[in-house]
Amino acid sequence: MNEDKAVARQEAARDERAMMPPVDVVEDAAGITLYADMPGVPKDRLALQVEADTLTIEGEVALALPEGMEASHAEVSLPRYRRVFTLSKELDAGKVGAEFANGVLKLRIPKAEHAQARRVEIKVT
Amino acid sequence: MVYRALFPRDVFADLDRLQREMQQAFDLSPSIRGIARGGFPAMNVGGTPKSVEVYAFAPGVDPASLDVQIEKGVLTVAGERKAEPLPEKATAHIDERFAGRFRRVVTLPDDVDAGSATAAYRDGVLHISIARKEAAQPRRIEIQ
Repeated sequence: MNEDKAVARQEAARDERAMMPPVDVVEDAAGITLYADMPGVPKDRLALQVEADTLTIEGEVALALPEGMEASHAEVSLPRYRRVFTLSKELDAGKVGAEFANGVLKLRIPKAEHAQARRVEIKVT
Repeated sequence: MVYRALFPRDVFADLDRLQREMQQAFDLSPSIRGIARGGFPAMNVGGTPKSVEVYAFAPGVDPASLDVQIEKGVLTVAGERKAEPLPEKATAHIDERFAGRFRRVVTLPDDVDAGSATAAYRDGVLHISIARKEAAQPRRIEIQ
C-alpha cells in the first residue's frame, strides 16, 4: 500500500518535470521586460500566474507528430516548460502585460506599489 | 541553447541522464560535423516508415529569414534571430536567449526523397517532413 503511494508520487513528480526556458530580463526606469523562449507551445497552452511576489511561467509543448513516429534524436525531450521568478516589491504585479507570438513570450511588468494574486490575460499580436 | 530540466531533483532520472551523457561522450560521433547537441535551434528528429520528420525549435525567428536546404543527403537549417533592441538607459539583468546567425545540419538517411520535402513554421517550431522513396518503404511479401 505504502509502496503504491510512493510509486504514484514518483510518477506524479516525473510528470511534473519541466524544461527551463532561456530568458532575457531588461530593466528600464518604468519597469521590467522579460522575454522567454518557449517554442512549440500554442497560445492556449501557456499559463502565467502572479501570486504574491512570485511569477510563474508555464507552457505545454504541443507538436503535430505524425502517427507512429519514433524519435531518433531529441534535444527538446520534455513536454513542458516552467520557470519561477521572485518579483520585487516595487513592481506592480497587477499590471503585467503579456504578448506571445512564434514561441516567444514577452512580459512587461511596470513599477508601482503593491502586488496581489491574479491571472494574466494573454494578448497576441 | 540548452533547455535544462528544472523540477524536481529526481535522483534516478539524474542517474539515467548521467549514464546517457557518459555514453554519448564516449561514443564515436556518428557525424563528422561533431556532436549535434546543444546548438540553436534545438532539434528533434524522428521517423515513420514513410517519412523523416525534423523539428527545429527556433522561436521568434522571422520565417522569411529561414533557409532550408537539402544537398547530398544533408539537411541544412540556417537563419538569423535578431536581438531585441535594448532601450536607452536600460539594464540587461539576464541574457540567456540566443541572438545572431545560426546554422545546423542533419545527415538524412539514404532512402529519403529530397524533392518531396515540406516545411512549416508554427509556434516557433520549424517542422520539416521528407518522404522516403517508394522503393525503400517496407513491403509485405505474399507467401504462396
